[in-house]
Amino acid sequence: MDISFKNVTYTYQPNTPFEHRAIHDLSFTIKSGSFVAIVGHTGSGKSTLIQHLNGLLRPTEGQVKIGDYTLSADKKVKDIKELRSKVGVVFQYPEHQLFEETIAKDIAFGPENFGVGEEEVKKRVHETIHAVQLSEQLLDRSPFDLSGGQMRRVAIAGVLAMEPQVLVLDEPTAGLDPRGQQDIMNMFYQLHHQKGLTTILVTHSMEDALKYADHVIIMDHGTKYMEGKPTEVFQRKRELEKVQLDVPEIVQFLFGVEKQLGISIAYRGQTIAELATELVEELRSRNL
Amino acid sequence: MTNSFIEFRNVSFRYGKDQPWVLKNVSFTIDSNEWVAVIGHNGSGKSTIAKLINGLLFPQEGEIIVDGLTVNEHTIWDVRKSVGMVFQNPDNQFVGTTVRDDVAFGLENRGVPREDMLKRIDVSLGQVGMSDYLLHEPHRLSGGQKQRVAIAGVLAISPKVIILDEATAMLDPKGRLEIMQTVSHLRQAEQLALITITHDLNEITRASRVIVMNKGEVWLESNPRDVFSRKEDLLQIGLDTPFVATFADELSRQGIKLGKQPLNHEELMDELWTYHSKM
Ligand SMILES: Nc1ncnc2c1ncn2[C@@H]1O[C@H](COP(=O)(O)OP(=O)(O)OP(=O)(O)O)[C@@H](O)[C@H]1O
Ligand SMILES: Nc1ncnc2c1ncn2[C@@H]1O[C@H](COP(=O)(O)OP(=O)(O)O)[C@@H](O)[C@H]1O
Ligand SMILES: [Mg+2]
Ligand SMILES: [Mg+2]
Repeated sequence: MDISFKNVTYTYQPNTPFEHRAIHDLSFTIKSGSFVAIVGHTGSGKSTLIQHLNGLLRPTEGQVKIGDYTLSADKKVKDIKELRSKVGVVFQYPEHQLFEETIAKDIAFGPENFGVGEEEVKKRVHETIHAVQLSEQLLDRSPFDLSGGQMRRVAIAGVLAMEPQVLVLDEPTAGLDPRGQQDIMNMFYQLHHQKGLTTILVTHSMEDALKYADHVIIMDHGTKYMEGKPTEVFQRKRELEKVQLDVPEIVQFLFGVEKQLGISIAYRGQTIAELATELVEELRSRNL
Repeated sequence: MTNSFIEFRNVSFRYGKDQPWVLKNVSFTIDSNEWVAVIGHNGSGKSTIAKLINGLLFPQEGEIIVDGLTVNEHTIWDVRKSVGMVFQNPDNQFVGTTVRDDVAFGLENRGVPREDMLKRIDVSLGQVGMSDYLLHEPHRLSGGQKQRVAIAGVLAISPKVIILDEATAMLDPKGRLEIMQTVSHLRQAEQLALITITHDLNEITRASRVIVMNKGEVWLESNPRDVFSRKEDLLQIGLDTPFVATFADELSRQGIKLGKQPLNHEELMDELWTYHSKM
């Protein structure tokens, strides 16, 4: 589904002493089928932005469009439930998303709620628990008896079981162990391609943004600061530093190689192994 | 003889009689003023260790000693005076309606006089960069801001050990670095012990020692340099090495042997420079 924000402002608790404008004058478009990363310092408005995507928040000013659904201050989405069945959100704090007495029921809740048949729900529960690499033995346990990383996996399974068209991930790998981080991101990436999803990933990992996204939006103080192709945006060290962001480690390293060894290697999205090979070749060729 | 501040002696733990053992015969010591990182796959028992240290849980087997006291029902209140803990999700630890009240809570609990209290609140919020949020509601802060307030709440108590259980997981890289610098500075200034439970590979490089957990057992206890020279083994147990170590590993695979296992970008660059000028 195509997504667009047009001059969106969102103010928490307007007309109270706690009034707080979390995003303002925000505009961008996301093409159906693309994988977009949203990056920005803590408090820059990423989670607020995301809560508009399934209608949890409505803009105070401006307009949000998700496919055929329009959200604005004066217009409520008529069929919010339908929108929510199409936009799956993995929230920043997964424990808040869990509430059923068993893990199986928790994963089943979404699809059941959206009218998916019993057999199909069962099938999805089993498929998705595997996708997040948890043992089926856990299905009858309480989700609150899990470790932090295991809870996050259950929350992710619950969203996948809805089989949404738009997948919204708010720092989905926080709390996962290093292998889990890689495996789960790879799984999202595969799903994205297999099912032609529109995927929106909020992340602090420049590495992940670089690796998976075809477009990146940088947020600062509630509005868009930059956007573009990750390989290009992430070379703009000075501009990123201004908004408290670092370039990815791999890019940082290449800057160092250039400065200290006088070897310049352009970053085009190489893997660590490929870069090592290039560097080794450069080093050897200099000494012939 | 030793100045070990925390000691686990053959500790085994399970959450219930019919449940599996989640810690199996775990033993280790942590000295006062030491920085120990605890790492391990999801469900390996890290948070359980943290909860055992301040008596939120008690082991079925073995013994835990904190600051000379065996942790049990009678000693927990004394133990908790010296243990400051910040959990994965700070939402569950907020009690106050404003940031100030929240930081005050732990102090009031410990009978700190009002004058002193206000000063400590100011100082500790300053240390985490949240001075401007004194009267904000904790629940309405963004994820990372909440983490900082929770850390301030712990700093205000002046504990002897701070345990951060993935407390920086939700911060942006800059925020993470700031918090790590803050606690690292405090450790030196106040002679604190620091236990960081984390999946952030770069965070581990700053610890003096690493305890690697695997399936409820201590799999390895060593320094970061040694831990990160074992990439293959780490991958096997669900972990990995940070960029710098991975790059060094790749270089060695391609026939370039560096002098030592680099821990950070500067060390890697130094090693490359040495190699380069030797050729
Ligand atoms: N309240 C509980 N009741 C029953 N089992 C529990 C409870 N809390 C944790 N467990 C189980 O104990 C084991 C260890 O959990 P723990 O929270 O210590 O892991 P962890 O290493 O902190 O993991 P993570 O990296 O995901 O935070 C896991 O298998 C978990 O499912
Ligand atoms: N429920 C809320 N009420 C009031 N202010 C809020 C609420 N949630 C977030 N904010 C504020 O809005 C800003 C953006 O927050 P958020 O969208 O969570 O940022 P991010 O996800 O980028 O860290 C922050 O300054 C935060 O304090
Ligand atoms: Mg957020
Ligand atoms: Mg844990």
